[in-house]
Amino acid sequence: MCGIIGFISKKKRLISGDKIAMALDSLKERGNGQGSGYVGYGIYPKYKDSYALHIFLNNTPDYYEIISKIKNTLEKYGKVIKDEEIPTNGGILKKEFIPWRFFYDFHPSYRDIENDLMVNIVMEINDKIDGAFVFSSGKNLGVFKASGWPKEVAEFYKLDQYKGYMWLAHARYPTNTKGWWGGAHPFNILNWSVVHNGEITSYGTNKRYVESFGYKCRMLTDTEVVAYIFDLLIRKHKLPVEYALSAIAPKFWKEIDLMEEDERKIHESIRMTYGGAVLNGPFAIIVGTHEGMVFMNGDVEKNNTMIGITDRIKLRPLVVAEKDDLLFVSSEEAAIRRICPELDKVEMPDAGMPVIVKMEK
Amino acid sequence: MIPSTVPPKYKVEINSNRCMLCERCVRECSWGVYRRDRNKIVTYSNRCGACQRCVAMCPRDAITIEKNLTCWRDHPLWTREVREDIINQSRTGCILLSGMGNAKELPTYFDNIVLDACQVTNPSIDPLREPMELRTYIGKKPKKLEFEYIEEEIDGKKIKKAKLKTNIAPNIKLETPIMIAHMSYGALSLNSHLAMAKAAKECGTFMGTGEGGLHRDLYPYANHIITQIASGRFGVNEDYLMKGAAIEIKIGQGSKPGIGGHLPGEKVSAEVSMTRMIPEGSDAISPAPHHDIYSIEDLAQLVRSLKEATRWKMPVFVKIAAVHNVAAIANGIATSDADAVVIDGFKGGTGAAPKVFRDNVGIPIELAIAAVDQRLREEGVRNEVSIIASGGIRNSADVFKSIALGADAVYIGTAVMVALGCRVCGRCYTGQCAWGIATQKPELVNRLDVEEGANRVANLIKAWTLEIKELLGAAGINSIESLRGNRDRLRGIGLNNVELEALGIKHAGF
Repeated sequence: MCGIIGFISKKKRLISGDKIAMALDSLKERGNGQGSGYVGYGIYPKYKDSYALHIFLNNTPDYYEIISKIKNTLEKYGKVIKDEEIPTNGGILKKEFIPWRFFYDFHPSYRDIENDLMVNIVMEINDKIDGAFVFSSGKNLGVFKASGWPKEVAEFYKLDQYKGYMWLAHARYPTNTKGWWGGAHPFNILNWSVVHNGEITSYGTNKRYVESFGYKCRMLTDTEVVAYIFDLLIRKHKLPVEYALSAIAPKFWKEIDLMEEDERKIHESIRMTYGGAVLNGPFAIIVGTHEGMVFMNGDVEKNNTMIGITDRIKLRPLVVAEKDDLLFVSSEEAAIRRICPELDKVEMPDAGMPVIVKMEK
Repeated sequence: MIPSTVPPKYKVEINSNRCMLCERCVRECSWGVYRRDRNKIVTYSNRCGACQRCVAMCPRDAITIEKNLTCWRDHPLWTREVREDIINQSRTGCILLSGMGNAKELPTYFDNIVLDACQVTNPSIDPLREPMELRTYIGKKPKKLEFEYIEEEIDGKKIKKAKLKTNIAPNIKLETPIMIAHMSYGALSLNSHLAMAKAAKECGTFMGTGEGGLHRDLYPYANHIITQIASGRFGVNEDYLMKGAAIEIKIGQGSKPGIGGHLPGEKVSAEVSMTRMIPEGSDAISPAPHHDIYSIEDLAQLVRSLKEATRWKMPVFVKIAAVHNVAAIANGIATSDADAVVIDGFKGGTGAAPKVFRDNVGIPIELAIAAVDQRLREEGVRNEVSIIASGGIRNSADVFKSIALGADAVYIGTAVMVALGCRVCGRCYTGQCAWGIATQKPELVNRLDVEEGANRVANLIKAWTLEIKELLGAAGINSIESLRGNRDRLRGIGLNNVELEALGIKHAGF
């Protein structure tokens, strides 16, 4: 079990990171201090059009060599605008890795394929550069994670100094791989970020499915694959988001058989084509999405949005709440009330029914 | 003269205290083991193959069949079997014939693979209370789905709606991932075929015709039947192709890779002759290769021709024996228009195979599934083509492990015959089957009650289906597609590193 929480301002108001830290702290019961993490969207306004890469470097005296290898890889396709150590407070955590960030622009000739290139670069660095681990690769967002309790990790990364319009957070109780910095959530690729409570029993199937599309699962944990499946289905295959979510948590055949012909055909085709993308086993996930999602009514969402969804028999909890322009999704209502005691609405979504939060226009 | 008989394999004993001389055994044994001689039943043990028909029918439990323990001098190299074979061949000068699958003590990897179950960190799912989905589609799938957005006017308002642009090629829909293997009418009796067809229909699955054509009595079940085209093309015409739900081209068979088939003339009755479209009483010999397929592109052409002939309404499968290079061959098939690759392992059954082939040619199905699935993934086509595994699948655990290794579904043959009464005596090629299964003799065929047989085969498939649901629930999975290729849920026991690597699984403890 793990604790998850996320919130988003539909007006894109920027909110300080200490709020999410406070909320996650009240979910520490659901973790065991072996991993906590946060992702903030909108935190790098100064570099908002550049890719912000957060990379763990092995904390060894020669870490500079790792940096130069990373730069060599990056500079094949563009230029590093700025790179620096991510500011941290000392004396809180044993610093197993040095978190480093690069702000990076592709050469304009790669504009049309820069997202695909970035996925390849992440795979290449994680696969080929010893001692380097990309854990965040989106634009105007950043993941902050480590082994430790929620409060410790927030203080370590000085989270109160960042402001974002969407935050997701996770307190980990590791059940499949041992707790390490890279294994903490959120998992991120491009502007996709995933926090996940549960255990994907279909991991072996999902992993081999995404690998046949060129993704490489290196983090030894199941949540990584969730991020790749979202990227594959929604960004690359451009499935309408409602149908992509239906591929991930499919309707039961007995429901599909009773649908009207057009709809039945669609759901049957989804299950036939995307069987490898079905997430099985207990899960509740909150996803920060990439921009450009297409909806089934043809609308294209230009912004990053938030999605919450559980497995199709809801073996993990998920609560949704609203207050003015804020929408919260969490494992527990208590965590939401901690930072927003008065709520307009609190709901429990049905099993497998997604909550999709779009920005106000 | 050199005495050249070998001692009988079995010893048939009748307990004269129990025997009431009803002569049931005399009538039931189609092999002529029993004869009434005044107040005694005389036995000819050398004719006995331990098919147990007599034991099953004796009202007084008076018959015992034992292994004949007549001693041969023990020798680790010159085993009894080796010496018997030499004696038989030096007498006849012939290829040794045998039935059923590989009888050597080669590894059965299924038995060295164990399954996973949920404990604490994720709940197991109870199939009695929660849906558990086994529905499986066999056929070509697209790599991705495409949608278009069309404006519609609903209640005066114009709304755009996503419409599916991708059209998926015809697939067959299975309610359980277990199909009945191709065993021809001719090799098997009509009653066996009818029983299997009824069971396939009842279980929402399919049976294969084998290469013997489709008897008209099976027409009512044709939408649960996969028709086969083998090198002999017996019974193949346009009508036959259009009748079934799918077509399978048989290139090879696990029990005898690289050679054709032979149905002895004794089994070619009038009905078999009509169905196969060959003269009554003549041997039906399928050549080793298809004489219009001498390379992979010829196969691709035949696949297309069959699709043309059936107006692209029918999925076409290609069956090959699991041989060393199975992964590359399967990839060649997958990149043709074929919808599924069927791989038949070296333990697959047969009515008749040269013993030297049955026991020496081909590779285990477990390794073949793993190799084919992995190769097709590396080529990026696994998701578009189905894999059907067959050859030595004995129980629900074998089905489960096959799917976790990478198959979509399995064919079961021998298990279905055992459900019909077969005792695996391995003499199908003689046409004397005392159980009415692998024979065309009317008096023997009549012994197999179609309704009862159908019921037993359906029971078997249903029982395995229930067990698969329980295993899935225990693994925390509620639909079969999440098991497919999920080798993480398998562990090896007592396997070496090479075997583990070939299977793509970890050893228990890791």
